[in-house]
Amino acid sequence: MRTLHRFHGGVHPPTNKTQSNGKAIAQVVLPSKLVVPLHQHVGNSAKPSVKVGDHVLKGQIIGAPEGRLSSAVHAPTSGTVAAIDMQVVAHPSGLSDLCITIIPDGKDEWTERKTHDWREMQHAELRHILREAGVVGLGGAVFPSDMKLYSHQHKITTLVLNGAECEPWITCDDRLMRERAADILQGAEIMRGLLYADEVLIGIEDNKPEAIAAMRAAVAAGKHERMEVIAVPTVYPGGGAKQLIRVLTGIEVPHGVRSTDMGVQCFNVGTAYGAWRAVAHGEPLLSRIVTVTGNVGEPQNFEVPFGMPVDELVAQAGLQPGTTGHIMGGPMMGFRLPSAQVGVIKATNCIIAMSDALFPPAPPALPCIRCTRCAEACPADLQPQELYWFSKAKNFGKTQEYHLFDCIECGACSYVCPSHIPLVQYFLFSKSEIHARENEKQAADRARERFEYREYRIEREKQEKAERLAAKERAVKEQTAKQIPPVEAPAQANPENTLQLKIQEAIDHAKEQAAAVKPKNVENLTPEQQAEIAEIEARRERIRELAQSHVEQPKE
Amino acid sequence: MLFAPFISKPDNVSQIMLRVMLALIPGIALYVWYFGPAILISLTLASVTALATEAAMLKLRDRPVAPFVKDNTALLTAWLLALSIPSLAPWWLVVVGTAFAISVSKHLYGGLGNNPFNPAMIGYAVLIISFPVQMTHWLTPHGLGQVELTFLDQLNFIFSGALPPGVTLDAITMATPLDTLKTQLHLDRPMQDIMGMPIYGRLAGQGSEMVAWGFMLGGAYLLATRIISWHIPVFYLGSIFATAGIFHLIDPAHYATPLFHWFSGAAMIGAFFILTDPVTGPTTPRGKMIFAAGAGFLTYIIRVFGGFPDGMAFATLLMNICVPLIDAYTQPKVFGRKEKKA
Ligand code: SF4
Ligand code: SF4
Repeated sequence: MRTLHRFHGGVHPPTNKTQSNGKAIAQVVLPSKLVVPLHQHVGNSAKPSVKVGDHVLKGQIIGAPEGRLSSAVHAPTSGTVAAIDMQVVAHPSGLSDLCITIIPDGKDEWTERKTHDWREMQHAELRHILREAGVVGLGGAVFPSDMKLYSHQHKITTLVLNGAECEPWITCDDRLMRERAADILQGAEIMRGLLYADEVLIGIEDNKPEAIAAMRAAVAAGKHERMEVIAVPTVYPGGGAKQLIRVLTGIEVPHGVRSTDMGVQCFNVGTAYGAWRAVAHGEPLLSRIVTVTGNVGEPQNFEVPFGMPVDELVAQAGLQPGTTGHIMGGPMMGFRLPSAQVGVIKATNCIIAMSDALFPPAPPALPCIRCTRCAEACPADLQPQELYWFSKAKNFGKTQEYHLFDCIECGACSYVCPSHIPLVQYFLFSKSEIHARENEKQAADRARERFEYREYRIEREKQEKAERLAAKERAVKEQTAKQIPPVEAPAQANPENTLQLKIQEAIDHAKEQAAAVKPKNVENLTPEQQAEIAEIEARRERIRELAQSHVEQPKE
Repeated sequence: MLFAPFISKPDNVSQIMLRVMLALIPGIALYVWYFGPAILISLTLASVTALATEAAMLKLRDRPVAPFVKDNTALLTAWLLALSIPSLAPWWLVVVGTAFAISVSKHLYGGLGNNPFNPAMIGYAVLIISFPVQMTHWLTPHGLGQVELTFLDQLNFIFSGALPPGVTLDAITMATPLDTLKTQLHLDRPMQDIMGMPIYGRLAGQGSEMVAWGFMLGGAYLLATRIISWHIPVFYLGSIFATAGIFHLIDPAHYATPLFHWFSGAAMIGAFFILTDPVTGPTTPRGKMIFAAGAGFLTYIIRVFGGFPDGMAFATLLMNICVPLIDAYTQPKVFGRKEKKA
């Protein structure tokens, strides 16, 4: 038996998983339109590679990766590109981003799919396939997978597959593992190959016995070696990458250090599945399993094409009256969607229809009573009550001293706080404030440098000028010294006067030149244009007058 | 809710305080059993005063009254104070103590969560310094006094100071076990003789030791429900035990047993209910240990060598002063930073 390790803290919110984990993954009925954002991953946004009006096939690239850290985006079905424009996307900010809208033609016609035998291939080539197939982490971080599948300087010994799924309500990984275990393991083999890793540890919370059994059976059936399915205790946030790595291997990955530096790499089970489909079947990532639950008639998991509007998806699970909004993700770390029309993206693991009965509003916050329940719950061993205190006092230096940036924003502290203080909100505020200040400081530093350089330059120019003048003066002096000074005109012999004359000359010359240069864009005007300009000038004049009289009016 | 997490534990300050009060009930029940119902009068008086003061202060400070009055923190303070002072104390003593505790030591410091000192103990300290005589009206336990007052007599005495004809105050009150020990030791009586006096029971005072058991039972409930952590009770009682044990070993004729100190005075209620006040205690586990150990040591020292009848309250307040320092120096290592830096 493997000895498991504990991480500090954690909470046990009601799991609410049975509502949605009983039914097999269902295919959705294709929606009326797909709004596919081009930025669904960490890194650079993909660049649109189609035009409005183009007909696209399922699996065809519609957004090409841009730069090293980027990933491709594909047409989730065949149809016509109806628009490429800014639309509200599934992001807590509620901001818009560039999206490609596709109207499906209903044929669901594939482009050509190339299958590969990964064992015969170069690693670089494999990574290229993953990148072109748009494979990104499906656990929520959406990091391009090809970037994580390097193992050059650091020897990676362990590949961890994350099937913990610790957030309440979400069951998409559970269903995926129950139904497609063999494919997930094949994907894990590809990943292990790319990383030169020895062992594969698959961590699944022990509240998913069916998934554990299915994965174990698949390990045995596929004769996978040094691959182990491990039941981990059910405790939130046991599915956080660092927490899971800790539980399985005992290694604590500090903030700012990559787990690869410690010999471990971690992927979500869904990502492994996606990698396998991409390599062995030539299917790019164009759909994912999404749990639809909460205030719906039939909570269940769907295989959803990216870009499917959330309202159409929820409708297929039977939206109930009294829905007050939708959470994307789980109730601990998810966020409220800015609109129900946003498209499903690669990071969408769950949509929870909210109702007041399921998610009653929090009672008003009371002051912190220093009960330290938050500290006991914190998986990062932080002292949230201190961080809260400093955040509230805007003492950001202190928050950093108390390791604010080690906070993984898991929400465990907010969950347990008996005073119902929205602790995570305070931490997010402090973090953003610190970032903003750092940016500001950098900008200020740059401005100061620019300013100092300018001062230096002006100073230098002054000096140079002075030197030049001095040199000239010397020259003039020498010349006048050579000439025999005319007695009747001593004033002219004054070197100062000569200098003044010269300066005057230069100024006159400059004036002449300036007069010669006319504004270019008013040359060769037609009479109509001239009339127009006159009119505009008149209007301006009137406005100025009006403004003047307005200003002069006494204030009431 | 607008932000994650969208769920929260069905747990709130008011419930926690209520459960702490619930945990006081076994001790209170035994108190009534051994000393009569007078304590119920002071508990009621203190409760009413606390709620009124709390509401008035919130109004004055322009804070929402309802959510704060409902948080039960003022009530808990009232109960702890009432349990620390003699139950036959005149009504105004309870009222003054409670009003001071709530208004000055809680609200003038910023209200819930902001007070550095335990309000109940501040109330106690003010009373014992200002009204030392009234603070000695400790009832004689059941069966020991010459006269026993009825509930009505007690009520009458508390509110008017009048005793039934022919009854003197001395007949119904007595010094506490801690006080008696101190006086008798001064008279050079040997420890064994003193412990043979009728006011002493098996471990400490008749009756009062049973009340201590009651508080311990309540404390066990608080530990079991994780309302308090083990650090403070274990280190507080451990520290008293160790300090008392050393003195007792050196000179058993002059220093009572560690168990005597556990079950005398306010040690048990202090260990489980007063030092564990989250607002005025340290927040880190190591800090809690230091805090409790210090308080245990001071309790013993003040009891045995100091001028006050019990040391718990002053030990608590003295350690409250050290809390920010203790917290600052006992911050635990965060995740991933456990390894010692090379
Ligand atoms: S859980 Fe809430 S009340 Fe308790 S210490 Fe933490 S922030 Fe304060
Ligand atoms: S949100 Fe941050 S501070 Fe709160 S429990 Fe999670 S890691 Fe700790």
